[in-house]
Amino acid sequence: MIRALATAWLGLLVAVPLLVVLAIAFAIPDAGLPPFRLPVENGRWVEGNESWTVLTEDGFYLAALLRSLVVAGATAGLCLLLSYPMALGILRAAPGRRVLLLALVLLPLCIGFVLRMAAWVGLLRDSGLINQALLALGVISEPLPMLYSRGGLLAGMVHSYLPFALLPLYAALAARDTRLEEAAADLGAGAFTVFRTITLPGSAVAGAAAFLLVFIPAAGEFVIPAILGAPDALLAGGAIWQEFFAARDWPLAAAASVALLVALLPPLLLWQRLEQRR
Amino acid sequence: MTRWVLGLGLCFLWAPVLLMAGFAFSDARQPFVWGGFSWRWFVALAGNERMLEAVTISLLVAAGAASLATLAGGALGWVLGRQGGFAGRGLFGALAAAPLVLPEVVTGLALLLLFVALEQVTGWPRGRGMLTLLLAHASLGAAYVAVVVQARLAGMGRQLEEAAADLGAGPGTVFRTVTLPLMAPSLAAGWGLAFLLSFDDVVLASFTSGPGATTLPLLLFSQLRMGPTPEAHALAVVLLAVAGLGVAVWYGWRRRA
Repeated sequence: MIRALATAWLGLLVAVPLLVVLAIAFAIPDAGLPPFRLPVENGRWVEGNESWTVLTEDGFYLAALLRSLVVAGATAGLCLLLSYPMALGILRAAPGRRVLLLALVLLPLCIGFVLRMAAWVGLLRDSGLINQALLALGVISEPLPMLYSRGGLLAGMVHSYLPFALLPLYAALAARDTRLEEAAADLGAGAFTVFRTITLPGSAVAGAAAFLLVFIPAAGEFVIPAILGAPDALLAGGAIWQEFFAARDWPLAAAASVALLVALLPPLLLWQRLEQRR
Repeated sequence: MTRWVLGLGLCFLWAPVLLMAGFAFSDARQPFVWGGFSWRWFVALAGNERMLEAVTISLLVAAGAASLATLAGGALGWVLGRQGGFAGRGLFGALAAAPLVLPEVVTGLALLLLFVALEQVTGWPRGRGMLTLLLAHASLGAAYVAVVVQARLAGMGRQLEEAAADLGAGPGTVFRTVTLPLMAPSLAAGWGLAFLLSFDDVVLASFTSGPGATTLPLLLFSQLRMGPTPEAHALAVVLLAVAGLGVAVWYGWRRRA
């Protein structure tokens, strides 16, 4: 009984929507709006759907997808680079203070991520706080263009995604056996040598999983690039968004979604395997 | 060394948030400009009916979606945690986890297309609004609830349920008197998680919400495109205070317990 209900829930709200996307990705837009018809006549596949030709031949979409993967990779890499020392730093604190430090990591999330992006806009824009400060100090003579730049986008992305890498990495590092590290330190290895030869290899699987846990959602991110990213350098999420809301080309938006999913399939499968190995 | 990076990382996380909160007390009309101390933006926020209406809608949708997600996600987690092998379990598990990993833009588009197709076939749902938004948020939330519940069930073994069954309790009684109370903490945690997901969501709401159902993040997002407002700063202070108070109460309660 419960299983039947749960299966119905998954079918209606997860499986069917994805199948509808797949169907519309191949459908012929008669008047540009639904209902669409599938390119099948008398049981035979007919030509008529141009979405896939547009997607593959117009460099715009491939460039957007590539940019997304680069931005997601950079975001995930920076998150991992920060998460390792931060997680180890929290673990070196007294046990009673660890919860407090974790709460300090999570609390900035509570204002919601739209307001956090608003804060970054306030810091980064030409009349923003950073430029005001630098101008007042005489470091620069005219405002640095930081809003809509690669660096500004990455700052916002890392700010949003850092906890996604930090928390699982913290959990994995908290469960590790520290006796090897103590032994190495006793035998005279420096702090960095201990980290490089023992901590890092011992947590490589968890580190890779944390990287993917940021990379996968970051590759489809729409809101942060829409606020902090350059308007002329759309990412994949933005391209889908624009096709749907601005161009109202539903089949193209659906086809772009399918393309994004296909691109994310290898990291997804890798992440699943890493989780099973733990 | 790790301590330094931890400090730097916390500064990075907090600096934009604290600066935003600080300038909520500025008298200046432009955000992030100091014009002397003033409470005026808090007064303006309290009188901003669009913002208050959006907060009400967000709270209603989040509470409804979280409750539905807890029901559905509890069932999903129970099936995954307690019903061993059945035909199609792999597919069932993959579908249950799919909303966790699919890009939000894709999930939003898929749900919208589903609602449009359903309306064409059955005449329901009529247009889009709070109901479709609630369903969309519940489908995302249920996936998170399912993970939490499944982890809890996997962690506690079946001994208690088997003992109850050995002592003569029927399957319904075992579920009601043993399994459900043991699941309760994970259901509560899942409800909270689903609530927060719904309360902070822009993307799914953009696709599945309609006129009359503008949530707080949707309103803030559309305002931000025009430029941030000082009232948003005041709102950040309020949210920070509520969450800070919550953490403080929880921490104090934990230390006493």
